[in-house]
Amino acid sequence: MTPHMLTRSLDRGATMFLAIVAACGILIPLSNLLLPAGSFFQVPTYLVALWGKYVCYAILALSIDLIWGYCGILSLGHGAFFALGGYAMGMYLMRQIGTRGVYGNPILPDFMVFLNWQKLPWYWYGFDMFWFAALMVLFVPGLLAFCFGWLAFRSRVTGVYLSIITQAMTYALLLGFFRNDFGFGGNNGLTDFKDILGFNVQAEGTRATLFALSCLALIAGFLICRAIVTSKLGKVLIAIRDAESRTRFLGYRVESYKLFVFTVSACMAGVAGALYVPQVGIINPSEFAPGNSIEAVIWVAVGGRGTLVGAALGAVVVNYAKTFFTSGVLAPYWLFMLGALFILVTLLLPKGIVGTFNSWWEPFKAKRPAETTESAAAEDGVSEPDMAE
Amino acid sequence: MLAKLPARLCTLALSFLLIAFALPALAGPFEDAVAKFANDDFSDTEEAIGAVASSGNPLAFPIINALQDGRLMADPDSKKVYVTGTDGKSIDATTGQPVASVPDGASAVRLNNRLRRSVDAALGSLTLQSPDLSTRIQAAQSVFKSHEETALEAVDAALAKETNKSARTALGEARAAILLFKSDATEVEKLEAVATLKARGDQDALALLSDTGSDQPASVTKAAASAIGSIQSSLAVWSTVQNAWYGLSLGSVLLLAAIGLAITFGVMGVINMAHGEMVMLGAYTTFVVQEVIRTRYPALFDYSLIIAVPLAFLVSGAIGVLIERSIIRFLYGRPLETLLATWGLSLVLQQAVRTAFGPTNREVGNPSWMSGAFELGQITITYNRLWILCFTLAVFAILLAMLRYTALGLEMRAVTQNRRMAASMGIATSRVDALTFGLGSGIAGIAGVALSQIDNVSPNLGQSYIIDSFMVVVFGGVGNLWGTLVGAFTLGIANKFLEPVAGAVLGKIAILVLIILFIQKRPRGLFALKGRAVEA
Repeated sequence: MTPHMLTRSLDRGATMFLAIVAACGILIPLSNLLLPAGSFFQVPTYLVALWGKYVCYAILALSIDLIWGYCGILSLGHGAFFALGGYAMGMYLMRQIGTRGVYGNPILPDFMVFLNWQKLPWYWYGFDMFWFAALMVLFVPGLLAFCFGWLAFRSRVTGVYLSIITQAMTYALLLGFFRNDFGFGGNNGLTDFKDILGFNVQAEGTRATLFALSCLALIAGFLICRAIVTSKLGKVLIAIRDAESRTRFLGYRVESYKLFVFTVSACMAGVAGALYVPQVGIINPSEFAPGNSIEAVIWVAVGGRGTLVGAALGAVVVNYAKTFFTSGVLAPYWLFMLGALFILVTLLLPKGIVGTFNSWWEPFKAKRPAETTESAAAEDGVSEPDMAE
Repeated sequence: MLAKLPARLCTLALSFLLIAFALPALAGPFEDAVAKFANDDFSDTEEAIGAVASSGNPLAFPIINALQDGRLMADPDSKKVYVTGTDGKSIDATTGQPVASVPDGASAVRLNNRLRRSVDAALGSLTLQSPDLSTRIQAAQSVFKSHEETALEAVDAALAKETNKSARTALGEARAAILLFKSDATEVEKLEAVATLKARGDQDALALLSDTGSDQPASVTKAAASAIGSIQSSLAVWSTVQNAWYGLSLGSVLLLAAIGLAITFGVMGVINMAHGEMVMLGAYTTFVVQEVIRTRYPALFDYSLIIAVPLAFLVSGAIGVLIERSIIRFLYGRPLETLLATWGLSLVLQQAVRTAFGPTNREVGNPSWMSGAFELGQITITYNRLWILCFTLAVFAILLAMLRYTALGLEMRAVTQNRRMAASMGIATSRVDALTFGLGSGIAGIAGVALSQIDNVSPNLGQSYIIDSFMVVVFGGVGNLWGTLVGAFTLGIANKFLEPVAGAVLGKIAILVLIILFIQKRPRGLFALKGRAVEA
């Protein structure tokens, strides 16, 4: 990424977003660690972990926005990539427990001892090394996305068909990971972590660092997405979104573009999952549930698809609302609200918060950045060719 | 060894006897034999067991049975013997007359291991001639399983008296099982035994035949080997038939759940993620109907499903029309948004039902004509599965006829094929859309009535079917009901044939992976629409 590309790809909203994320990433951990507990400005540790979770969700939302907002691929299985990244990290964390587990087996995680396994399955090899686990966080979701996308895009599975088979994919993985003999802890998943790179995962310092790292990953992810969508390749992606056949007839290899962006997006989701697991302290098969993936899509829709900033914002807003409502007396009504959110956003706010804000703000601005015009204009004609007539 | 008989049967036999034999007892061999139990001497007890068992006296069975359970009380002073029933009431062992209480001096007649064996043998022969048919057959079957040589006499005796056909078959099989393993049985007898077992032809017979050792005459070994072969091949055929039946049953459930989806998706291109919730609403309608019938008109319970079907159609159908008018019509041409909005709707409906009916499973009963099962060869077919299969096919046929012969069907087909042209020809496409969506949802409601019979009625009922239904529609191809039919039965049968090989979960995963691969080959399903109807 050259500096030129960087500056070109940033408009004012994006700069503001990056500044806010960076400020949060620095100030929140500092206030948590340096200020005395109970001080007005001190952020309690539980809030750091909670917001760390939101930031991971924001990365996931960003990865969905990259493919849905800019390439028209609605994946209802992105939670699978998120969970796979999480499992890769979880496997590393399990291996770090060592003899401190309940059964004290230096090699085998507790659940394997419990299931009477004699030796480590081959796919657990190497996860005692952090660099290997980190590589797998990118590689496993990336490989799955590559294979899946290669099959799907080449045979021109598009629109709702693609959405449904991505949902089937995550459903199949859900069923698989629930099985004990799959070797990933069955329905209990992986938990009871102790250390990450020698630091206690429960410690305040580790949590604050993880939060800062998540913010850093969000910034990096945002910059990568931004670079992709503002490049020439990004223009082709938008063209594919708006008129796939036309783009193909113009001579672009649509499936290659889609495959590239789908794989990148899956890797990002994997990173989000990997950062999520040490902060939450558990990964289990319910992360594969199709409902989770659809919920992630609605974050993007709420924030505004095809805006990147909106995706991250939507993830934080919806999840903050979820935490707020599910912890109070309103808990039984949360699903009503979430359901209504799905309906109302698609009916009344198709551009999402950021998209709507932009279209209000634009008339007041004398000059608009070129790419915003295009994406906003394209937004209106979204998925027109999908109508089966 | 004879299986210990359920206490229920003993009491039954007891009460039978009390009615039939309230005659004054005369001192005779039976009474003498019974009195021997009071001597508290093992050899006397053994004689007594033999004499009582061969006496033919109806009290013999309760006495020996009580002896086995330690409920036969003997008073050494008066030489009186009493049978204490499992309910704590006692009778005099010689007369069968009820007694108020057993004397304090009485103690249970003791047994040792040798005696226990004679008790078992005596009990076996007694139950083989029990007046109750099912007891007799059960006894014969347990002799078949144990095939103890000592039981042969009892089996022969029972066989000589037996008149019931199925009891005779069971006894014959028990006899064959004994003879096959009896070292001094003649070759002819053994060959006959092999033939009898071959005719039985099930897993147990196969196990017995495989157990015949090498010490048998050559002709018997050969006959056994050929019998094993023929049983195995017939069992293989039956297990295929069974898998096919399970597959058809699963396929009918899938078809029922998917058929409404095929209509909405096929005609309108609308992905209705709340389809599963329409099924759930149908199931809850059944629940409500049954509750009303239970509290108000219990006599109508057998008709509850017949009443529930039209109601479920109306409830789900009306909600479907409402959804179409209030949400979906604003989203035409934006299938991905429709998908999200209907997903949100499904959350709302689930939570609404959870709030109204509670999160736990609700009890929906089977009417009498849907419970039970019957045997067909080696497989068991339950009535509810059979009815659901018939019901599904009937719904399918009606729907097909409706699409073909009614005005609405014609309009629907026109809109499916070319929306704009249909509109130009004066078809009110938006009305057709609303009715189509209502029809699809209504059929989902009907599916809910059927599924309430085999699945848990809970707010999550719909979710468990939605992915499978989509798979069926996508696999079968959109806009073609036959595709849905073929898709549903193919997936159902494939699933059930994979299950024994790979296990239930892996089988399901394999199916999902196969569908994902199949979609690569035929992105529009088995029976794809051709021409301009397919989007560019």
